[in-house]
Amino acid sequence: MKLTPGAVITEPGSTTRYQTNGWRTFRPAVDSGKCTGCGLCWLYCPDAVISRGKPPGVDYRYCKGCGICANECPAKAITMVPEERG
Amino acid sequence: MREELVEEELFAPGHRACAGCGATLAVRLALKALGKNVIVANATGCVEVISTPYPETAWRVPWIHAAFENAAAVASGVEAALKSLGRRGVKVVAIAGDGGTADIGLQALSGAVERGHDFIYICYDNEAYMNTGIQRSSATPFGAWTTTTPVGRVKRGKDRPKKDVPAIIAAHGAPYVATASVAYPIDLIKKLRKAAATEGPTYIHIHCPCPPGWRFDSDKMIEVARLAVLSGAWILYEIKNGRLNVTIKPPKRRPVSDYLKMQGRFKHLTDAEIAEIQRTVDERCRHLGVG
Repeated sequence: MKLTPGAVITEPGSTTRYQTNGWRTFRPAVDSGKCTGCGLCWLYCPDAVISRGKPPGVDYRYCKGCGICANECPAKAITMVPEERG
Repeated sequence: MREELVEEELFAPGHRACAGCGATLAVRLALKALGKNVIVANATGCVEVISTPYPETAWRVPWIHAAFENAAAVASGVEAALKSLGRRGVKVVAIAGDGGTADIGLQALSGAVERGHDFIYICYDNEAYMNTGIQRSSATPFGAWTTTTPVGRVKRGKDRPKKDVPAIIAAHGAPYVATASVAYPIDLIKKLRKAAATEGPTYIHIHCPCPPGWRFDSDKMIEVARLAVLSGAWILYEIKNGRLNVTIKPPKRRPVSDYLKMQGRFKHLTDAEIAEIQRTVDERCRHLGVG
């Protein structure tokens, strides 16, 4: 690896090269019939993997499966389901 | 308020924070409040470690890694340089954890506030040194288990109260000081915007639950943060030019045991010890007018 002077990192947001989906044991599944589009799941996600909308989109490349979205959803529209064993 | 927040994420995914990290959410929300025109000076700590696994970075704003003790000093220098260059419209933001704020960086923070630099200092408080293995800091609350305040026949977790850093900074005469919680994002964002609109040194202290360090399941992170506020264990207020204003008043305070019993770090506490913690919470709530 070539080091830059001062170890400066020149590519903003480059952690997106590393996908954290392998950390996950449960994945959030959204029931679009129950979703009210309130956006709380989007607001509370520490990994910024949920986009606003009705239903919200989940970026499963980075979701770590913490389950905050399912726990906080006021409409109970999100459930955590076990990942399939590969 | 929720509608006018930008969709753009200035703190990228792929960062290495534990699942359900409170500190990471605090940073993400803070950048949503402040927008792109910031320069961040970040002390050593969880947020620094998880956001910049070289040669990657999660930051989409200019960011400088300071040492553990000098985020406020680095921010001071950047602010002075911008002023000398005549650059306006860029806010300097120092970010540090409770270790980098209440213990190791307190002197640099005190100096920067006393000199009156125009900057925002954000403390993400997860109440111990988490990335090194849950060692107590001066911001760890009374009674909490950590790896350096163990529970056994002689010791019962931390035997000293939590240091009140917002009060210390308010005593410097800073024009805006506030506490916040990741469970109340709109309150948090409003306070950061007020800090950004204030000229001079401002301080925001954010309560950030840590699932592995506080010993609870990651999906309960917001619930734990909310119960801290609803029980009065963490009080949301702002001090603007010396005037105190409690921003979120729980209609009827929940018993502090509801908050403590969700967390493994307090599981050793007896009913008598919980009653003692309840007494100190009641006293502090009365003092700040929470009721």
